[in-house]
Amino acid sequence: MSGVGARALVTRELRRAWTGGGLVTPVVFFLLVAVLFPFAVGPDARLLARVGGGVIWAAALLAALLPVERLVGPDLEAGVLDQLSVRGVPLPGVMLAKIAAHWLGFAPALMLAAVIAAGLLGLPVETLVRVEAGLVIGTAGLAALAVATGALTAGLRGAGALAGLLMLPLAVPLLIFGAGAVTEGTGALKLLAAVSLLYLAGAPPVAAAAVRAGMD
Amino acid sequence: MSATARDGPEELLLLDRIAVARGGRELVRDLSLALGPGDAALVTGPNGAGKSSLIRVCAGLLRPAAGRVTASSSALADARLALDEERPLRRALAFWGGAVEDALGALNLLALADVPVRFLSTGQRQRANLARVVASGAPLWLLDEPVNGLDIASTGLIETLVARHRANGGAVVVATHIPMSLPDAAGVRL
Repeated sequence: MSGVGARALVTRELRRAWTGGGLVTPVVFFLLVAVLFPFAVGPDARLLARVGGGVIWAAALLAALLPVERLVGPDLEAGVLDQLSVRGVPLPGVMLAKIAAHWLGFAPALMLAAVIAAGLLGLPVETLVRVEAGLVIGTAGLAALAVATGALTAGLRGAGALAGLLMLPLAVPLLIFGAGAVTEGTGALKLLAAVSLLYLAGAPPVAAAAVRAGMD
Repeated sequence: MSATARDGPEELLLLDRIAVARGGRELVRDLSLALGPGDAALVTGPNGAGKSSLIRVCAGLLRPAAGRVTASSSALADARLALDEERPLRRALAFWGGAVEDALGALNLLALADVPVRFLSTGQRQRANLARVVASGAPLWLLDEPVNGLDIASTGLIETLVARHRANGGAVVVATHIPMSLPDAAGVRL
C-alpha cells in the first residue's frame, strides 16, 4: 500500500499555486489596491507616509481573499480529498500541508510586492521594515484563515463572495495588530503572533471537519 | 455464495447488517457481506439505487446509517479521476505513489504517459483511473462503474486485471450497470 507524504502534498500545492497563476493575481491586485489610495486621498507625501503602513495591511487582507476559492474546492471536486482519506492520510494533516504551502507561496510574494508598494507610497525604510516583520507573522494567520474559509465554502455557489463575508471579520485582529505594529512596535507584533498561532492551531481541525461534512 | 458464508480474521471486507441512507432516504437495508482473499462482489441495480453510496461506505468515506463496516486498506476508483489535469499522466499518477510503471503497462497507457491528463479521452481517463488502483497495491479494490466509457477490448483488459488481482489474494467490489464478467462473484442486487 502506497502512502502520500507531507512533502509530496506541500510540493503539489506550491506547484499548483505558481503554475495556475494563483499567486500572480493576488500580488497584482495587492499593488493595484495600494496604488488606489494615493489617487483617493491625494498626493500628500506626509499623509501617505503616515497611513501607508495601514494601507499595505488593508491591501494584503483583500489580496488574501483571492486565492481562497482554489485552495480546497477543486480538490474536493476532483476527488483528491476522497482518495487521500481512503489512503488513511489524516485530513487535518492535509489541511495543515495546504496552510504551510499557501504561506510559503503567498508570504514571499506579498512581502516582495510590499517593497514596491512602499516605494509607491513613499514609506520610510524603518516603516517598511516593521510592515515586513508584521507580514511574515500575519500571513501565516491569513493562510490558516484562507484554507479554513476555502474548506467551509467549498462546493457552494457564490463561494467567493461568501468567503469574503466569512474571512474578513476574522481577519480584523490580524489587521489591527499588524497595522498597530507599524506604529507601536514589538508589543503589537507579539499580539499579532498570538493571533496567528491561534488561527494556525484552529484552522486544520475546522477545515477537516468542514470537508468531512461535505463528503457525507 | 461461499463469499458470504465465511467469517474470520482473514476477511478483507466485512459488512455487518449495514444500512445506507442518503438525503433521509434509506437505500440499502440489512446488508451483510464478507469478502476474503480471491473473493468478489458484484453490485447491480438501477440508477439511484445506492451503488455508489455503498462503494463509499466500503471505502470509509460515508458512515453507514446502521451496522458495522470493517475493511482492510483499499483503493477506490469512482467517477472522479483525482489526477492533476495539467500534469503528464505519469507524473500525475506518481503523486499517488506505488508501482506506476507497472500500472501504466498493465492498462496499455505507456504511450500516453507523457500526455497531460486533460488531453485524455473518456476511455483513456477511465483506464488512468484504474491505473491508480493497480499501482496502489491495496488488497481491496472498490470499483464504481469501472467499465463505463470503455471499448470492448479495454473492458476485457479490466476483467483480466481484476481476475489477476483475485488470483493474487486480493478482493474486489464492483458496482456497475453494464454487464461485466466477474466469475463466482457474490451478487448484491439493490
